[in-house]
Amino acid sequence: MASTRNLIHAPAREALTPGFDVRKIREDFPILKQKVYGKPLVYLDNAATSQKPQVVIDALLRFYTQDCSNVHRGVHLLSERATQAYEDARIKLQWFLNAADPREIVYVRGATEGINLVAQTFGRQRVQAGDEILITALEHHSNIVPWQILCQEKGARLRVAPINDRGELILEEFEKLLSDRTRLVSVAHVSNALGTINPVKQIVEMAHARDIPVLVDGAQAAPHLKVDLRDLDCDFYVLSGHKLFGPTGIGALYGKARLLESMPPYQGGGDMILSVTFEKTTYNHIPHKFEAGTPHIAGAIGWGAALDYVTFIGMDNISSYEHALLTYATEAIGQIPGVRLIGTAREKAAVLSFTLEGVHPHDVGTVLDREGIAVRTGHHCAQPVMERFGVPATIRASLAFYNTKQDINALAEGLERVKAMFG
Amino acid sequence: MSELKNLYQEVILDHSKRPRNFRPLEDADRHADGYNPLCGDKVTIYLRLLDDRIADISFQGSGCAISTASASILTETLKGKTRAEAEALFETFHNLVTGQPVKSADAPALGKLAVFSGVSEFPARVKCASLAWHTLRSALAGEPAVATTE
Repeated sequence: MASTRNLIHAPAREALTPGFDVRKIREDFPILKQKVYGKPLVYLDNAATSQKPQVVIDALLRFYTQDCSNVHRGVHLLSERATQAYEDARIKLQWFLNAADPREIVYVRGATEGINLVAQTFGRQRVQAGDEILITALEHHSNIVPWQILCQEKGARLRVAPINDRGELILEEFEKLLSDRTRLVSVAHVSNALGTINPVKQIVEMAHARDIPVLVDGAQAAPHLKVDLRDLDCDFYVLSGHKLFGPTGIGALYGKARLLESMPPYQGGGDMILSVTFEKTTYNHIPHKFEAGTPHIAGAIGWGAALDYVTFIGMDNISSYEHALLTYATEAIGQIPGVRLIGTAREKAAVLSFTLEGVHPHDVGTVLDREGIAVRTGHHCAQPVMERFGVPATIRASLAFYNTKQDINALAEGLERVKAMFG
Repeated sequence: MSELKNLYQEVILDHSKRPRNFRPLEDADRHADGYNPLCGDKVTIYLRLLDDRIADISFQGSGCAISTASASILTETLKGKTRAEAEALFETFHNLVTGQPVKSADAPALGKLAVFSGVSEFPARVKCASLAWHTLRSALAGEPAVATTE
């Protein structure tokens, strides 16, 4: 395991609460007390961003009140405290993901930047004309566009593995697309539009059997499922802090050490160098080689507090609770006449996408909004998915572990109101 | 709920369910496509002009109730109007849906369009209401690109 040094901000390792008391948990999230148009807030837009527990807000406050300083550069006390807190947060993330080494955790702005970083460094270095990048038909735009840009630049080809009508990856078709020109496979762990959990372990095994590296987009997975990167054995993994109950503007790219070491730098600037002259500059070791400029120090620390919080509750507890709630929601909403569920994979997490016959999602969203219910309507940055299912947009309710059956019941009642209005 | 009723008035709901002039125009001499990338609303406005007047106007497309009703009432209102009158109505309608003051001199020309006054309470829906109008403007100007509300 990582370091033997004394961790002041020691990460939580064990789940303290074997049970799951959602009412108590909700009290930890100050925003949930809010009323919206006089109605209690029913926040079902967690796939867009998650709410923050008080401990995260406190961590941000504490940094800016007591520890605020730049990292890595100073010899004064505050800068030492800031550096320790920042690097301890990195270790917390390493442990949360069960990565082998904190040097394999690169802080970025979010999953999107993580993917762009890999495309622009690893991608530019390894992909030549006639090569291929393999993605799937259920990806978010952030796992499509960076590869399109790279393929256009290099004269390479983007291949897309198809999904079935349930929104599941057709593994046999995926396997057929692995060729000796494939330089990288990049797949979502969980689909943000459909909720499908991809068989990422199998995907990694299939790709590795042909010496093809794999990037897994964990933005929608890490908040809901326990992620074990050593078990998964993927080469890259990206995730976002703001979806995992942390601040916006912080995320991480995990990469296997030998890969990160072999990659050219991403952004140039301070902190990613060892020495600079006008004749020659040498780069810093990983992960700092990829962290130019002053990072989002408060963001990393706040995210660390969020990771502690969910680890105390236990990711397995969170997973089971959400699974039960999703099952309840699927039943409650699915049985409303006129509702068509979009994304009915056997393995799903946290997301319920659907359409309502005769009413445009936008209109549904407006009516629900006035009931205090926050859902997302639109294409969810997954236009190809919408096209695959022949819909311009869906209504998406996305869960987190502070949602309740009452939230789902409110949604169901809201939909009845919509039907009454537009019927 | 009363604000919702201001937005989804009977007239709007009616026009969204049974849009008027909802057909392509075979003898159109102008047309333009409009697209709202944020929500997927699509509209195409067809025009046939006679001298300076809109002799016939129709639309096609798919979108939310607001965008559909807006296009429908637009076509009803603009049939027979001159280009100048159409341009003036664009401005007046824009003020109406963005909650800006409408000059009392301009108000009568709105006619049925006045039902969209409620949109100003729903900023996220302003683009839905104005998509057809931006598209209409493109059609009048004979612009080649797809109109948006940006």
